[in-house]
Amino acid sequence: MATLNIKEFLDQDEKKDLLRLLTAGSVDDGKSTLIGRLLFDSKKLYEDQLQALERDSKRVGNAGEHIDYALLLDGLKAEREEGITIDVAYRYFSTNHRKFIIADTPGHEQYTRNMITGGSTANLAIILVDARSGVITQTRRHTFLVSLLGIKHIVLAVNKMDLVDFDQDVFDSIVEEYKALTDKLNIEDVTCFPLSALDGDNVVEKSERTPWYEGTSLLDFLERVPIHTDRNMNDFRFPVQYVLRPNLDFRGFCGNIASGIVKVGDEIMALPSRKKSRVKQIVTYEGNLKEAFCPQSVTLTLEDEIDISRGEMLVHPENMPEVGRYFETMLVWMDEEPMDRNKHFYLKHNTNMTRATVSEVSYLVDVNTMNKRSADRFSLNEIGHVHITTAKPLFFDAYKKNRATGAFILIDPITNNTSAVGMIIGPINAKEEDTERLPELNLPKLGIGKEHYEAIEKAVKDLARQGIAVEIIKE
Amino acid sequence: MSEYKLSHLQELEAESIHIIREVAAEFENPVMLYSIGKDSSVMVRLAEKAFAPGKVPFPLMHIDSKWKFNEMIKFRDEYAKQYGWNLIVESNTEAFQAGVGPFSHGSKVHTDLMKTKALLDALAKYKFDAAFGGARRDEEKSRAKERIFSFRDQFQQWDPKNQRPELWNIYNARIHKGESIRVFPLSNWTELDIWQYIRLENIPIVPLYYAKERPVVNIDGQLIMPDDDRLPDCYRDKIEMRKIRFRTLGCWPLTGAIESEADTIEKIVEEMMTTTKSERTTRVIDFDQEASMEQKKREGYF
Repeated sequence: MATLNIKEFLDQDEKKDLLRLLTAGSVDDGKSTLIGRLLFDSKKLYEDQLQALERDSKRVGNAGEHIDYALLLDGLKAEREEGITIDVAYRYFSTNHRKFIIADTPGHEQYTRNMITGGSTANLAIILVDARSGVITQTRRHTFLVSLLGIKHIVLAVNKMDLVDFDQDVFDSIVEEYKALTDKLNIEDVTCFPLSALDGDNVVEKSERTPWYEGTSLLDFLERVPIHTDRNMNDFRFPVQYVLRPNLDFRGFCGNIASGIVKVGDEIMALPSRKKSRVKQIVTYEGNLKEAFCPQSVTLTLEDEIDISRGEMLVHPENMPEVGRYFETMLVWMDEEPMDRNKHFYLKHNTNMTRATVSEVSYLVDVNTMNKRSADRFSLNEIGHVHITTAKPLFFDAYKKNRATGAFILIDPITNNTSAVGMIIGPINAKEEDTERLPELNLPKLGIGKEHYEAIEKAVKDLARQGIAVEIIKE
Repeated sequence: MSEYKLSHLQELEAESIHIIREVAAEFENPVMLYSIGKDSSVMVRLAEKAFAPGKVPFPLMHIDSKWKFNEMIKFRDEYAKQYGWNLIVESNTEAFQAGVGPFSHGSKVHTDLMKTKALLDALAKYKFDAAFGGARRDEEKSRAKERIFSFRDQFQQWDPKNQRPELWNIYNARIHKGESIRVFPLSNWTELDIWQYIRLENIPIVPLYYAKERPVVNIDGQLIMPDDDRLPDCYRDKIEMRKIRFRTLGCWPLTGAIESEADTIEKIVEEMMTTTKSERTTRVIDFDQEASMEQKKREGYF
């Protein structure tokens, strides 16, 4: 920094990328201490916060003479009373190479919900284990959830190495046991660190107390792990979010590019109409772009006047998502109220909203053992495999291939709670299902003249936006 | 571009624009709360970006506590005019006429009536079903745990233990009549991100953020700048000139200044990066009582 003036420094600093990470561990693994250490050692812990912390540590701390970082992180009153973290808390810090957002989530079984919430946008997960106890049931559960969420990079932080005399054998055997688990779950990128968060060993600087350890420090790794290649840049998917009509000459389709790249002149297809056109402009506040990519928020205009509204999707015609009303999916139940199989949920997928039912519950997964068992409904924090039938077609990909177009939420139609979240596996054959067909509007049969078709289509489209799907038959 | 990689600011911008558009698409009557501060300035710019070349399809609303710095009001009116904002200004005139203010009634009563009640009344008056706020998660402990789409019951209350799960970028916007959602598009921005973005985008901000010789008086450890003739007499002979600026802006008797030489945006960012104090240390209302921000949020304040 000394050789740069402030302008040059800022110009560089503004170009840093962003890594979102999830931390998971049980209450006693020292998770808050590790986070506190990352914040503290990267010098983002402000002096006044520190002073308040020292004061509180002496009063109610559980860390003896050390600073109790947990007090800094466990923000809410209710949590301080219970001494555990009850929800996802977000922390921010940055280094010379990167900005970080930490989603700090609790380890308790009843809070699977929160870990899923905190992890949905994470690039990387740090899973903590206590070196004295190694891989335990909670470690398995956290790892399973991380694999379910499709988080690409896992860090296994073997903490409290100071309490096992920094013994390499202890570390190696934990790593071996853990790798067996991640192999089973097909998680490719796993990196393991021997740490003492309390003393700072291998957190920011490499420790002299682990001469046998050949890797980098944890922070060093976090600063350098490549993440921008994790995004799906192959399959262009553009869920239309908002239609912009500032004047008669401009009709733009606003959205956040869910995956892939789009260029001016590209042939695109609108779903579900399958009408084709070409990209005329990629509009932004700063001016038009030649190309845009995920996850940019842009506005597209097309060469032709096609009627497209919110909830529809623009794609490249040679690279289509699945289009359909029936799919199989992993589902995580997030609601205190158990699943009611008779309910017609609202399903939100990208910008698309439709009614949906759980047409079949195949099995539940025990998050601790990963064994399957049969069941016919879900309760809070249960995870399983189901078939879903929607009223309108969705445009989706397998979650494994495309996180952005493979995810959805189910909303309870009465309480409006987010009852469940899903990661789509793939389409299923409609014939297997006892499905309800969409209600039909047979216009010729009803004796409605062709001059009214456009108005009726408009009305039906508006109903569809509200989640009520009707099929129009025109001939 | 060839690497298809966004900087952290570009990624945050894209996320915020997505959130803002989502609200415009899903709610019938949204409003953007505008506090005239730096975060609001960034939020409004993001809204303008979200709908360019069109106009922002919802109004901005400023809750005027009647104790804001004069420079803030001047700035607000100037830019509302220049950018053609649809700006609503609302106050608790009843309490104002009854003489409620921070000196006579204390910061708690003042905030409850002039800010929280004024806000709740205004939201009810216009029947807004969604309200954007510029709060960031790095500001304060209870905000760190709040969702981007934060559900409020019919009494506008926040229940931290009963928040809707929020995953990916799929936001649950469904509410019953009378309920509402507070939306925080800047949730993932830090104070430093805000300043870097203001610099990068040349976003106009109230001049009080820049250091300048100004009159101040030390009240309970905070450097308060007397902005009108409502400063109690007992402080008058203690006014001195110092080179100060503000890190946050609010009601003038409740917002402490910091001594600073930062009179350009670069110097502000530099000061930010080397500072040892968090920004809310200059906010008197955060220290009213233990967990006071959480309490205020539960009661409907942002």
